[in-house]
Formats: sequence, C-alpha cells, structure tokens
Amino acid sequence: MTTLKNSKGFWLSIVLALIFFGIMQYTISNGILNPFYINTLMFIGINIMLATSLHLIIGITGQFSIGHAGFLAVGAYASAVMTMKLELPFIIAVLTGGVIAAVAGMVIGIPSLRLKGDYLAIATLGFGEIVRIVLLNIEYVGGASGMQVSHLTTWPWVFACVMITVLVIRNFTNSTHGRACISVREDETAADAMGINTTYYKVAAFVIGAFFAGIAGSLYAHNFYIIQPSNFGFLKSFDILIFVVLGGLGSLSGSVLAAILLTIVTTFLQDYPETRMIIYSLVLILMMIFRPQGLMGTKEITSLFTHKKTKGGPKDGSHNTVA
Amino acid sequence: MELIQQLVNGISLGSIYALIALGYTMVYGIVKLINFAHGDVFMVGSFVGFYAITVMDLSFIPALLISMATCAIFGVLIERIAYKPLRNATRIAALITAIGVSLLIENGLIYIRGAQPEAYPNNVLPMDKLDIFGVSISSQSILILSVSIILMIILQFVVHKTKIGKAMRAVSFDSEAAKLMGINVNNTISATFAIGSALAGAAGVIFGIYYIKIEPLMGVLPGLKAFVAAVLGGIGIIPGAMVGGLLLGVIEALVSAAGYSLWRDGVAFVVLILILIFLPQGLFGKNKREKV
Repeated sequence: MTTLKNSKGFWLSIVLALIFFGIMQYTISNGILNPFYINTLMFIGINIMLATSLHLIIGITGQFSIGHAGFLAVGAYASAVMTMKLELPFIIAVLTGGVIAAVAGMVIGIPSLRLKGDYLAIATLGFGEIVRIVLLNIEYVGGASGMQVSHLTTWPWVFACVMITVLVIRNFTNSTHGRACISVREDETAADAMGINTTYYKVAAFVIGAFFAGIAGSLYAHNFYIIQPSNFGFLKSFDILIFVVLGGLGSLSGSVLAAILLTIVTTFLQDYPETRMIIYSLVLILMMIFRPQGLMGTKEITSLFTHKKTKGGPKDGSHNTVA
Repeated sequence: MELIQQLVNGISLGSIYALIALGYTMVYGIVKLINFAHGDVFMVGSFVGFYAITVMDLSFIPALLISMATCAIFGVLIERIAYKPLRNATRIAALITAIGVSLLIENGLIYIRGAQPEAYPNNVLPMDKLDIFGVSISSQSILILSVSIILMIILQFVVHKTKIGKAMRAVSFDSEAAKLMGINVNNTISATFAIGSALAGAAGVIFGIYYIKIEPLMGVLPGLKAFVAAVLGGIGIIPGAMVGGLLLGVIEALVSAAGYSLWRDGVAFVVLILILIFLPQGLFGKNKREKV
C-alpha cells in the first residue's frame, strides 16, 4: 500500500515537472520571458545538479568534500575541448564531461578511503586547487585567459539533465546501495562490521557525484561563452557546499530548494558580491549554531505532507547524525 | 649560488608558514578544529601592522607588537562568539562554521575598506645586501628569520615552562581529565587561540614587509599552505609545525628555482595529498590505532 502511495506521488511530481517544463518552454520560445530570467532559470538548473550531486557525497555518504568545483571544472573543460577543439556534437561533449569528471572522482575517491572528516575535507580542497592550477598551466585550453565556448546550452537540455540527475540520485538513495551509503554515514565501523563494503560505496558515491557535477560543468561551460580557471576556485566549492548545508545534510529536496533559493538571491545581489558573501557566511555560522541539521534536516519535502503524526514526535536533530 | 639564494628565500617564506602553522597546530591539538579563519587572522594582522606603520608612524617592533596584541584579542573573540557554542557539536558543523567565519572576515573587510591592495612602505627595515661566502642575502631575510626564531623560542618557553602552557598541554592530552584536575578548560582554549593568533599577526607583518603587497584575500593561500605545513609535521605537534613550515617553504623555493614557478601553488597540495596517503600522522606524529 505504501509503495503504491509513494509511486503515486512520484508520478505526480514527474507530471508536475513536465507541465512546468512545457510552460517555461512556451514562454521562452514565444519571447515572453526576457533573457535575464532565462539565464537565471538555467543557473538554477545547473546549481540544482551541483547541489544534488554534492548531496550524494556529503548528505548521503557522509564524506565531507569541499572540492566539488574541481569536478565542475573538469567537466566544463572536457566538454569544451570536445565541442570547440574536436568539433563533436554537444551530446557527446556532455557525456564526455561527465565521464572524465567521474574518473577524476575515482582518482580522489580512492585516497579518500584512508582519510576521514577534516583530513578528507582538506584533501578534497587540495584536489580542487590542483585542478585549477593544472588548468591554469595548460596552454591548450587557454591558460589563465580561458577558453571561448559557443552557447549550446538550452532550456530543454538543462531540464532533461536536472530531471535525470534528481531521479538517479533519488532512486540510488532508496536502493540497497543508497542504504549502504547511509549506513557508512551513520557509522562506518558498524557498517563495516555488518558486511558492507564501505570502500566500494565511498568510491561509488564520489564517482556518481562527480559524474553529475561533470555534466553540470558541461552545461555551465556552454552557457557562459567563456570559461576560466578562476571561475572554479574554492569559493565556487563553498557556494555549492552552502546549498547542501542550508538545505539540510541528508535531504535531497532540501538541497534542491536551497539551490533554487540561493540562486535567486545571488542573481539579485549580483552587483554586491561582498554583501552576498557576508549574508552567505552569516547564514553558515548562524545555521551551525542554531539549526545544525539545516532547513529540512534529513527529511524530504514530501514527508511534510504524508507524515503529519511525527510532528510532535522526537525533537529535531535528535536522530540526525551526519558524519 | 643561485640555488643557495633560492634556499634562503625558501627559508624566509617557510618561517612565515611556520608561524601561521603553529596557530593551526595548537588549535587543532586542543579542540580538534581546523580553524579556517586562521589565514584571515594573519591577513588582519598584516593590515593592522600596515596601519600602525603608515598612519601611526611606528617602527617595526612596536607595529609587530600592536599587530600581535590586536590579533590575540581578535582570535579570542572569534573563539568565544563562533566556536564556543559548537564545542560539543559534530566536527563537520565546526568545520562549516570555521569556513563561514573565514568568509565573513574576508568579505567584511572588503565591505568596509574595499578590495584594493595596499603596499607596505619599503623603508621599515634596512635594505642592505650582505655578502656571505659569495651569496648576497638581504638583511631583511635575516631579520625576518631571526624574529621568527625568537618568537618560536618564546612559544616553546611558554608551552613548556609556564603554568598556562602546562594547562594547554593537559587539555590537549585529555580535556575531561584536565577539567577534573581543576584546570579552567575554557580559559585555556581561549589562551591557545590568543597565542596562535598573535603568532599569525606577527607573520602578517613580516609577510607585508617581505612581499610589500597586501590585500583582503591574501590570507587564504598562505593559510591553506600553513595548514599543509602543520599536517606535514604532524598536526597537534608544535616542533612539527615549525619543521613542516620551513620544509614547505624550501620545497616551494626549489620548485620555483627549477623553473616551474607557475606550479608553485599546486606543489603544497600535492605534498598534502601525498603525506595524507603515505604518512597521515605526519613527520613527527605517532601512529594511532583506531578503537571502536
């Protein structure tokens, strides 16, 4: 019975998303929506992909990674090389971006097996910086001055990629593998003792997260006309991190909501970058002091409608132990 | 001779890293927190020193002392306001807060005074070239090195010979037991932050004099590299941070000397990842077994 209910909600949300897509597509193709809003919409889509892919690594598997911009950069550059240098079609470029980023995810995932918590965070931060510096020193992709990329990202592309990302990550989380990842987050030693191959799942989370970050990178590159290594510094990683933290470590819908909300805030504060960063940092600090589980905790938005009974139940945060 | 000159540069840079790394390692040893804001305390120290020298017309030593005192107060404030409420929170929560504090300091300063860089006046310290065995070494490097060494000796004295140093060592060994023995853990942690931040402030002034240009985001990269230095020496171990800092400075100088100066910033992170994979306890650390 519950599965039927769940799948009903699932199909309902897909239909709603498709209707939303149709309306947007109609307004865009008829020129009702001005380019500024179209661009914001694209950014929201790309940021949702980044947020959900990082959510898989931090929120589900509990591996604190702050080098996500590195995967974004790998995907962006790999796809840009495909379209601009090798003149291959966009779809191949997008897939290559994802695959190469996934390989990078494996490269950083394997050493991560030996590291935990703070050390892993610093190692991933270092990885992000290494990617940036390597790109800065490769003349083939333009070095510091960056690379010209033609505008190929369109709204149907962004929508399709966002849908696929969210669906894959949602289904992965609810599968056996996802539950194994959650057990790694809750207690790695215990998970190991229960016969879960923690190494395998940690690397898997990194690879899948990096794959979708790479696809987001492909869309990002082809939406922007130019990509430069300086676009992918650790500030970009922190931007992605704050989506996940604000949304709630462990909540998929939370990170999607936070990505939408913060992208809109960012767009309106575009001319005041310091103000934006001050707000961001205050949000981070106050959030950690007063509501460390984030806006949604580990709950999903659908559970707000279905499980009204739990409202008066255990206090928030009592069973949310992330990392 | 070129090589020796580069080595001297590396040691000067390394002593700056070492001073910053000491703060990282002391704070990590006592509260198990990577204080991301430490690089920004270094930046604030540099700016305080700059204003002390240009606006208040002070010479090197008073400016250094003012900067150290300001940073000590600043570090304690950060600890009391942002980190203390999270003493019992998860490590990740504390780490995210530290990132938040770091961003807040950087952007707060940009908001107040703008992002434009400042230049330290170049007459703060005498600029003579000394010829030692055919190698010309600027007197600045020697002064900087000696200031760093004096500060490190003072630190060793404080940690090993004074009451507060004993308390710090006790708290970092076992804070619960230290509390039972009547040590005021909160004050000890504040003192650790004060000492670490003062050293970062001193490093800031030295950095400004040596590299002239300072700006609100200057603390990020030296901060991260100093953290690498702390990990290299074994985090939580004070002599380890000194050695790690000097070693990292020399490695960077050698990479520059080999003609890969554009890759210099990447080397620190490669060192970090290698050390984390092959020797996670650092050069001076002891290997700890994990218990359930």
